[in-house]
Amino acid sequence: MGRSRVGNGTSRRAVVAAMGLAIVAAWRGPARAEPPIPLSFDRLYASFGVRGLVFGDEVRAAAGRPVTLVGYMAPPLEAEATFFVLTREPAAICPFCQSDADWPADIVVVLLKDASPLVSAGTRVTVAGRLEVGSAVDARTGFVSQLRIVDATFRK
Amino acid sequence: MSKRILFATLASIVAGATAAAAQTVYPIDRAEILAGAKFDLKVEFPGSPAASTLKVTVDGRDAADVFGLQPTIVEKEDGHDLTAWWMRGVSLPTAGRPKIEASAGGKAATVTWDVWDTPKGRVAKNVILFIGDGLSVAHRTAARIMSKGLVEGRYGGELAIDDMPAMALISTAGTDSIVTDSANAMSAYTTGHKSCVNALGVYCAHNKNTLEHPKVETIGELVKRKTSMALGVVTNTEIEDATPAGVIAHTRKRSDYADIVKMFLEVKPDVIMGGGSPFFLPKSTPGSKRTDEFDAVKAFEEAGYTFVTTRTEMEKAAAEGKTKLLGLYNTGNVDGALDLKYLKKGTVAKFPDQPDVVEETRAAISALSKNPDGFFLMVESGRIDKYSHSLDPERAIFDTIMLDDAVKAAKEFAAGRNDTLIIVVGDHAHPVSIIGTYDDDRPGQTPREKLGVYAEAKVPNYGPVDAAGYPTNIDVSRRIALNFGTSPDTCFDAKPHLDGENVPAIAGATPKTFVENPKNCERPGAVHVTGNLPFDANSGVHSGDDVVLTAMGPGSELFRGHKPNTFVFRVMATALGLAN
Repeated sequence: MGRSRVGNGTSRRAVVAAMGLAIVAAWRGPARAEPPIPLSFDRLYASFGVRGLVFGDEVRAAAGRPVTLVGYMAPPLEAEATFFVLTREPAAICPFCQSDADWPADIVVVLLKDASPLVSAGTRVTVAGRLEVGSAVDARTGFVSQLRIVDATFRK
Repeated sequence: MSKRILFATLASIVAGATAAAAQTVYPIDRAEILAGAKFDLKVEFPGSPAASTLKVTVDGRDAADVFGLQPTIVEKEDGHDLTAWWMRGVSLPTAGRPKIEASAGGKAATVTWDVWDTPKGRVAKNVILFIGDGLSVAHRTAARIMSKGLVEGRYGGELAIDDMPAMALISTAGTDSIVTDSANAMSAYTTGHKSCVNALGVYCAHNKNTLEHPKVETIGELVKRKTSMALGVVTNTEIEDATPAGVIAHTRKRSDYADIVKMFLEVKPDVIMGGGSPFFLPKSTPGSKRTDEFDAVKAFEEAGYTFVTTRTEMEKAAAEGKTKLLGLYNTGNVDGALDLKYLKKGTVAKFPDQPDVVEETRAAISALSKNPDGFFLMVESGRIDKYSHSLDPERAIFDTIMLDDAVKAAKEFAAGRNDTLIIVVGDHAHPVSIIGTYDDDRPGQTPREKLGVYAEAKVPNYGPVDAAGYPTNIDVSRRIALNFGTSPDTCFDAKPHLDGENVPAIAGATPKTFVENPKNCERPGAVHVTGNLPFDANSGVHSGDDVVLTAMGPGSELFRGHKPNTFVFRVMATALGLAN
């Protein structure tokens, strides 16, 4: 009944790609630590209409840069994963589980730096990582997102 | 009965049925088929019988002769151990009870269909089908108490939905279960065929592709194919949601929203109104939920539609005499009546100029009634169901009053014409009941102490009723105790949710479990309520109770007693003379 589920484990190709990135990162040397820009759900979108959303100035300025964002972890697909959805309010619904439910429009997808055990769904978390802005479709799940925080870590 | 015994019993019943009948024929046994309506005839032959041994007959005649088509045969269809035999888009021209036999290698299966006609021809110019999603008897009674008042056991007036000459009790079960969902329920009203949970306009075969299951023609398609009538689909849910989609869609999975938008474009209802804009936007537009670049708004505009996004734009377009309208008023569901009118919660701040179902209905009738050949309009008050899922009584009752006002607007249109069939019905029930009054003047803090039952169930004291029939204050000391028979683990304080729709439960630590929403537990007087549903339920569920149907106008006299939900299609198609 649900949508396609994320497969278990990390593919070998992904691991190899991740190792490659690690090597590139090492070669570039330690980056100058840029202070993260604190974002908030209230200011993600300048307008929110039937014809589409318009990103807030702060979000457009923060594209590609380190950010933090406080939100709620939506019901994860797996106990341990590199992917979860951050929502403004605790999500009562699990769109992957229920055919007639759908995500709110202003979700943020979080792609973690490392696979890690996810905390209890509905927990308020602070996510830190690099902001990606613009529509993208996840190749594995078909999940559509407008905003992503990648190379991310989170804390309660 | 234990689950194991039940399963064993079911297994033996199924085995008994399949021992002599190994093939599965769609449409299934006892299907009711409108003469001339299109359907896909599919037979699933188990295993890999040689194509030359497959035989499908209609009353003894080869199906190829009867339908003038050669079958398409697919061995190991979708990797299943079966051979699929297809004839898509066939129809039967005359009424009767044909026997369809499918045989291969000595095994045969027979089904009998009821092909029915509309011999009297068309008796109604217009048909308006109102769906109160989840509308159950207690919603109706509570709306009457709230809107009309109750003094010494007598109401201060009748609801428009009650004051109709024809009435029937409608059963809603599908082919697969005793409790159905809004997709399968609507599909029965719009096709006359019963199907299974989550399915729209298809029988549930073994196909992997949700769009490839055997289709049956919908009333929206029939009206467009066989008449020059106008067609309208109006809701306050997302337009892709099950009830509105049921007028036009064919899918095994109601959540195929992106595909359902394309199906709307194929059928082209003249008026389409609701929420759910993200699936109309190409994926490169922020806020889109599509996975492709299809720009549905542009496609509808190119097809001659006026696209409106607010009540003001909608009313302007209607006043200008526009006859093709696409109205999308919210990214999600349009806000319900309580939030739109009084509380301004939900998404009202983001979408401050949304029409309610009544305003949508008036605009739709104004546009559709310009068609000289009449119209078919489906109007849904869809959040009666959603607020019953979220255990939010006041919002569910307000949206029942909104349905009543929309029906009143339709009755005003129909008055004196005697050419418009109006039907009002729930699509399935919710387990709701009025058990008394929550009375804050009773001693104590908790819901059980505040609940007055029997002689203590005093008449509620909601604020004065406004011109539209809504009480102007719901945060009062005596409130209707509309009890929900099912819940997940939750916290309950028996007070209205003034800050926004109730969220009874949130996801738990264990995947696919839900726990009480801690915010509700902080409300004064709140108590923990142990859920009575399976652990993966996050809200209340539907019930298998019958629903009440009321109707008026030409053709409505056919409703009486108890009928299956497929009968609603039969009455509408009969009134419009849609058979050959």
